Amino acid sequence: MITVPVEIQILFAGLLFLMGLIGLLVRRNVIFMLMSIEVMFNSAGMVFVIAGAHWAQAEGQVMFIFMLAVTATEVSVALAIILQMFHHFKTLDVDELNKLKETD
Amino acid sequence: MKILLTLIPILPLLGFLILSVPGGKIMRKWIAFIGPGMVGISALLTMIVGIAFLAAPPQGGAVSVTLWEWINTGGLTAPVAFRLDALSLVFIFVITFVGFLIHLYSVEFMADDEGYSRFFAYMNLFVSSMLILVLADNLLLLYLGWEGVGLCSYLLIGFWYRNPANGYAARKAFIITRIGDTAMIIGLFLLFLNLNTLNIQELMRLAPVKWGQDSSPAAWAAVLLLGGALGKSAQLPLQTWLPDAMAGPSPVSALIHAATMVTAGVYLIARTHVLFALAPSVQLTVAIIGALTLLLAGFSALTQHDLKRVLAYSTISQIGYMFLALGVGAWSAGIFHFMVHAFFKALLFLAGGAVILVLNEEHDIFKMGGLRKRLPVVFWTFLIGSASLAALPLITAGFYSKDQILWYAWSSAEGDPWLLAAGLAGAFLTSIYTFRLVFLVFFGETGTSPTHQPGRMMIIPMIILAVLSIGAGFIELPESLAHVQLFSGLLDTALPAVNVTHGNIPEVIFQLLAAIISVTGIYIAYLAYLKKPELGNLFNKTRLSEFFYSGWGFDRFYNALFVKPVVWLAEIDKTDFIDVFNTAVARLTLLFTRLLSLTQNGKLRWYIMGSAIGIVFILTILMNL
Repeated sequence: MITVPVEIQILFAGLLFLMGLIGLLVRRNVIFMLMSIEVMFNSAGMVFVIAGAHWAQAEGQVMFIFMLAVTATEVSVALAIILQMFHHFKTLDVDELNKLKETD
Repeated sequence: MKILLTLIPILPLLGFLILSVPGGKIMRKWIAFIGPGMVGISALLTMIVGIAFLAAPPQGGAVSVTLWEWINTGGLTAPVAFRLDALSLVFIFVITFVGFLIHLYSVEFMADDEGYSRFFAYMNLFVSSMLILVLADNLLLLYLGWEGVGLCSYLLIGFWYRNPANGYAARKAFIITRIGDTAMIIGLFLLFLNLNTLNIQELMRLAPVKWGQDSSPAAWAAVLLLGGALGKSAQLPLQTWLPDAMAGPSPVSALIHAATMVTAGVYLIARTHVLFALAPSVQLTVAIIGALTLLLAGFSALTQHDLKRVLAYSTISQIGYMFLALGVGAWSAGIFHFMVHAFFKALLFLAGGAVILVLNEEHDIFKMGGLRKRLPVVFWTFLIGSASLAALPLITAGFYSKDQILWYAWSSAEGDPWLLAAGLAGAFLTSIYTFRLVFLVFFGETGTSPTHQPGRMMIIPMIILAVLSIGAGFIELPESLAHVQLFSGLLDTALPAVNVTHGNIPEVIFQLLAAIISVTGIYIAYLAYLKKPELGNLFNKTRLSEFFYSGWGFDRFYNALFVKPVVWLAEIDKTDFIDVFNTAVARLTLLFTRLLSLTQNGKLRWYIMGSAIGIVFILTILMNL
């Protein structure tokens, strides 16, 4: 069985994180932004799993399962907010929602 | 007795605290109970203390109470201590008693005002400060009371603060009296520097020992204290604030700007009479200022249209009489006139205030008229007050007090025929302008009609003051009539008796002269303002009348001499380097604010970008460490 070096594993997780971040920055649709956040979450979870495998500890995987629960909650709240947002503003574009700013 | 004496100034202070701390959340019924109640109890205590004082005069003619050490540092000791002697007794009697009557009157007068509790809180604070002023045992505590009454005067002149003109009048009063107060505090410094104490009794004992007759430090101290007195008592050249101070409610004019506060200067001079005796030239100045002021204000009173402004000028003029009396060394005569004046002038302001109230804030006496039948009680009390002010012979208190001053202006060691002449001319003016008021307001053609009758709470204080305006004269009668000297007998324990040297013409001659002048003045007022109004109108049209109306142009003069140059200087000095520096700092701050506020654009993705860049920064720094 070929073992992939831990540096590559971490690098892969970082790449995943970067993809999520770029998605968050370039997308204007909130649903896609939410999905990008999920990607970033999963990359963080992946680091936990990698660390757990590297030191042969169970906590890494335990943390990942815990994180799944947290993200599930977070997604349900976020989806509710997105529903409300669409209900009120009839749009899913975050750039339209820019009332909270300094006005001269 | 000592506890009671302490309670006299403390009770109104307590009233002030009770009324002011809840911020107007007390029920009106309770306000009307607490405000006048506290002053009423003080008046009652004053009666008890006064009777005890008169029944068994204390050792040395004074009772002292030391409450606590206020300041004790570097040789300066100023305890909070009260000292009651005959002079203070007269003052606290007038302050609490007249103050209580005016508070009662205000219960009805201010009934519909939204600032009901604020009004009584200020009034109570005023009474308390004034009592501290006259009871103070050292000059520093006196100064505390002095500033306290100045503050209350400011607050109450500007009581109806929604009208900017009232605020202007309040500031004017405050700033002009401040000029005098500054002179006075410098005088206090001078006294402390030379005599190392501020205790009044010590000062009066040390001053003649340390300073000889006619010495210059004594003269300087007297001049500086006189400066304070001139400001507070609205005497020449600082008299311009008092007519404008009429912007306040009528009870305020009655209590502060007629009966009590404006006579604080008289009290101060009488209290420090030793200094003035050491500097005869300054004392002569006091007499001359008094004589000039009483003439100047008398002429101005003759031409005013506003009922309260006539009374204000009349107050300035009557305080001029008191200064004249003090200046010729007739201390007790000055204080006697103060007391009588407090009664009749408070009465005139209360009655005048009642007229203005029932006529819906009509101040112009030319729009009034024929009120004699419609407001009978107000008419009779106003008439009694006017008679006393015009010194109607034999029956009124004003006659006896003014006659005494006129007699001493001639006969005392410092007396002078010119001072007497000024006093007599002033008396003539007084009776003309007083009865001009009476005839224009209560007689003649019917003017604005009253909307309602003043109620009992307003009538009763007026009747009591009317009785006092007549009756108070009989405790001090001249030798030529009955020789009663209850008042001067009492005051002789605190103030030196007058030194009569020119007694070669009998006093009766002066009394006859004063009586004739008073009655002639009334007759002239009758002719010019009731019988032949065209005579009065003839005078009203002249340039001279305009000149008197503007208060001898003092306002315009001060405006040109002080206000304009200061405003001009401030105007041209707007861009000096300090201002440039300050505005530069402000501009720079504003610029940064603008720049930073650009980043708050409401776009969520920009914020995420900001956070990401920040995190990258922090990570980079952490990795390099």
